[in-house]
Amino acid sequence: MAVDTQTVEKLAELARIAISKQTIEEVSNRLGDVLQLVDQLQAVNTDGIAPMAHPLDEIQVLRADKITESNNRKDFLELAPQTEDGLYLVPKVID
Amino acid sequence: MEWEIVIGLEIHVQLSTQSKLFSGASTRFGAEPNTQACAVDLAMPGTLPVPNEEAFRYAVMFGLAMNAEIGKRSIFERKNYFYPDLPKGYQTTQLEQPIVGPGEVEIHLEGGSHKKIRLHHAHLEEDAGKSLHEDFQSMSGIDLNRAGTPLIEIVSEPDMRSAVEAVAFLKKIHSIVTYLGISDGDMSQGSLRCDANVSVRVKGTDKLGTRTELKNINSFRFVERAIKVEAERQIDILENGGSITQETRLYDADKNETRSMRSKEVANDYRYFPCPDLLPVSLTDDYIEQLRGTLPELPDTKALRFQSEYQLSVYDADQVTQERASADFFEAVCKSCGEPKLTANWINGELAALLNRQGITIHQSPVSAEQLAGLISRIKDNTISSKTAKQVFEAIADGAGNADEVIEKRGLKQVSDTSAIEKMVDDVIAASPTQVENYRKADESKRPKMMGYFVGQIMKSSKGQANPQMINNMLRKKLGELL
Amino acid sequence: MHQLTIAEIIRGLRSKEFSSTELTRHLLGRIQQLDGSYNSFISITEEKALAQAKAADQRLADGDAPVLCGVPIAHKDIICTSGVRTSCASKMLDNFIPPYDATLVENLNTAGTVTLGKTNMDEFAMGSSNESSYYGPVKNPWDTGYVPGGSSGGSAAAVAALLVPGATATDTGGSIRQPAALTNTTGLKPTYGRVSRFGVVAYASSLDQAGPIARNAEDAAHLLSAMASHDPKDSTSLDHPHTDFTAGLDNSVAGLKIGVPKEYFGEGLNPETASRVQDALKELEKLGAQLVDISLPHTELAIPAYYVIAPAEASANLSRFDGVRYGHRCEDPSDLRDLYMRSRGEGFGEEVQRRILVGTYALSAGYYDAYYNKAQQARRLVKQDFVQAFDKVDVIMGPTTPSPAFKLGAKSANPIAMYLEDIYTIATNLAGLPGMSIPCGLVNNMPVGLQITGNYLDEARMLNIAHQYQQVTDWHKASAV
Repeated sequence: MAVDTQTVEKLAELARIAISKQTIEEVSNRLGDVLQLVDQLQAVNTDGIAPMAHPLDEIQVLRADKITESNNRKDFLELAPQTEDGLYLVPKVID
Repeated sequence: MEWEIVIGLEIHVQLSTQSKLFSGASTRFGAEPNTQACAVDLAMPGTLPVPNEEAFRYAVMFGLAMNAEIGKRSIFERKNYFYPDLPKGYQTTQLEQPIVGPGEVEIHLEGGSHKKIRLHHAHLEEDAGKSLHEDFQSMSGIDLNRAGTPLIEIVSEPDMRSAVEAVAFLKKIHSIVTYLGISDGDMSQGSLRCDANVSVRVKGTDKLGTRTELKNINSFRFVERAIKVEAERQIDILENGGSITQETRLYDADKNETRSMRSKEVANDYRYFPCPDLLPVSLTDDYIEQLRGTLPELPDTKALRFQSEYQLSVYDADQVTQERASADFFEAVCKSCGEPKLTANWINGELAALLNRQGITIHQSPVSAEQLAGLISRIKDNTISSKTAKQVFEAIADGAGNADEVIEKRGLKQVSDTSAIEKMVDDVIAASPTQVENYRKADESKRPKMMGYFVGQIMKSSKGQANPQMINNMLRKKLGELL
Repeated sequence: MHQLTIAEIIRGLRSKEFSSTELTRHLLGRIQQLDGSYNSFISITEEKALAQAKAADQRLADGDAPVLCGVPIAHKDIICTSGVRTSCASKMLDNFIPPYDATLVENLNTAGTVTLGKTNMDEFAMGSSNESSYYGPVKNPWDTGYVPGGSSGGSAAAVAALLVPGATATDTGGSIRQPAALTNTTGLKPTYGRVSRFGVVAYASSLDQAGPIARNAEDAAHLLSAMASHDPKDSTSLDHPHTDFTAGLDNSVAGLKIGVPKEYFGEGLNPETASRVQDALKELEKLGAQLVDISLPHTELAIPAYYVIAPAEASANLSRFDGVRYGHRCEDPSDLRDLYMRSRGEGFGEEVQRRILVGTYALSAGYYDAYYNKAQQARRLVKQDFVQAFDKVDVIMGPTTPSPAFKLGAKSANPIAMYLEDIYTIATNLAGLPGMSIPCGLVNNMPVGLQITGNYLDEARMLNIAHQYQQVTDWHKASAV
């Protein structure tokens, strides 16, 4: 199954990954290969089979409502590319 | 052509848990930026979510209060989109199997009429952080303290037909969540936020019109105004032969208009799928029934009780029970002074006006329940008149002490001594020969009105402290003797 | 000293034949001297290692040392280590130093192990040859012209090259077992939920599981005993009592029923690999085990299901790498979109980008049912095959990989050929079962792995079988260097 470059551009936009014009053809072909592989699934009859999101049928254990974390802002902000006044900086967010 | 407005609300309510939905960081409001964002909230690599038991308890309580189905097995999904206030690049929310299913609630409209509004569902999800645009040239600052705070998103059916109904529903939700104690409901701090889906159609038709979504209309007043102005905009377009674009719009309170949010226009594809880091949450019937047993008395039940127990009118009962705090305040005052009607009047009247003026809640009221009861008791035993009482109330609010202290200190005690009243009446008759003469000549039917002059003079000279009832009786008697 | 197994080190430290500091120095020197040829380490933590070794020696002298005290190990670079760069072999995290430890690292630190460094891997664990690392490919110590397998190629190569006696690794579709098979080491992927995922950077959350790579089953048992724990910080962690996996190693395997699935010996399997695996099965028969022919009819669905589910989960898991709070950020972003697009475009390698795009596709509107949902249904069919098989047999065995190691670059131009490397290992992850690979022979002097798949939480039995096999065979002792 082939994937057209338009679809790849749409996916790249959704995934926020810049793909250069030069490589987009190749990416399309490779994606097509992978989708061809996974398309084998279409041949199998799965009527009435419940989808399985987790390998084991476990039930969630809930946590007691307690504050267990303290302020580690300094440690975390040190990891960030750009900060000021305790805030993470990004190019202006427009609503 | 007659138009009908169709409104559905999506209400986000922050739950007042100690810690976040998926981490042990504090949810306290107003901390220094990013001091309450732990590794999980910041989506540090390798960190994992563990859900907060209390958030589930609160959500189930809400569901029970809305007479809704409770999801005994609920699951979390990931909603994928990129935004700087969303550290993981997805919001953990519920889609297919939410914690609260369909339900319904009654809203109260003016004139005492009631209407049922259906709940589509309510689900648990995490809040995002905040983007701050001031102070940074061409940059925004991101504060993730709020990221991960538990929310329930309450989605109504499109059952409301006017802005007034929408506000009544929002007030009802506010009332329920604060009664349950699952949220502080403070709209100014964003604890309760509202989006409205608005469409219009020709009255009598069934088909829903194209809707727009109004974002972040965060006060009761703005909800009403935003819906009104948006409906007018849509009607205007349709009447001029245009059509409505389905879009997200922002309400500008300063200009009282809505405008398109272009940033939301890019078609999004949220790619929901079950969150593999979280397992299905299973709740037993026992758990749900046990919670049902712990629910507090809710506003509707309380209003009915106030009508029968305190003989309040439907209106007074609805008003005073809208907020749990004011209902509690009412009961405390009433218990102490034994005057339900007066108490309701004072709470809905003077006290409400005072709180409104100062922009505070009844919790922060400068007049305590005990002080208000003391004041009402002095009205009841004729120590002061209702008019003087307002003066005393203001003084109490200014911190001058309780009613007795203010009355004593300022000499506001009502004059109810018969001989003193008699002297005042004699004095005013002696000093007003012209008016007495006019009174005598006047037609019987006009006389009561003319008595106002004498009462006014006495009140003036007694600085309002004369018992008005006694003055009236004495005047009528003395003037009658002159006929 | 570098030839010592973990079991021998435990004894040697206690009989004072050598100290942990001496051993640590020796191995660090060896890494310094030899790893240029293998590229199995991304970071070497000499200072920390020597401090840990010194502390371990003190505890050993005091006589209150836990079993693994003073044993040098290495961690795969996808596992967070406090104060030590954790790169996931990606440009995206080249500068990332977490201020926290993964729970499994915490467990091993408590057990007294000494961390020599962080091992190389395929970028974000996406690959089967270790060629997608930002830090260059790892080379197979058996022949440096060949790949060591992946994604835990660095851990496997370091153990095979006798640079470290054991290492941690992760396995999402075969990333422990396949490199173990290709480097003649013993690797175990535990039952999903046995080892906490907290602090293990997520690739595909419902498939990822960490486990040990070592030189034999006994050493793997020692490491797993320390790594495994119930962790309240991981919702998918199993609440199961602590197990000493070394306790049952000496049990007899007589009467054991070994399922041999016909689907694992079909087309695509190298005949010589098949023959080494058959030899191993005969060896086990001699020990009293019984071979039972079984069928896992949905085996062929495993790869397509995996290449929908894993990329789908990965596409969301890797969204957090956005250049805002940590990691790579592009120069002078013109706006927010540009910040995201370029930071991620530059920070992620080709294979990672490909899987994110595939996952995005599988989840997008209109394709969800045909891909994601269908794959999750196929996943249940794959699991049901195993559940039915385990009604009849105790363990399932077959080849770990279709053939021995391939040459560097041989499959890098063809992702599909690379994906088929994991044809026998992937189903285990989909089902959440424990899987293991142990050395069972050589083909043209390149190692072959025998895969043992166990029932849920049956790691102790798998280790017991592997250990018994290793008592009567010497394949695991064959050395690359």
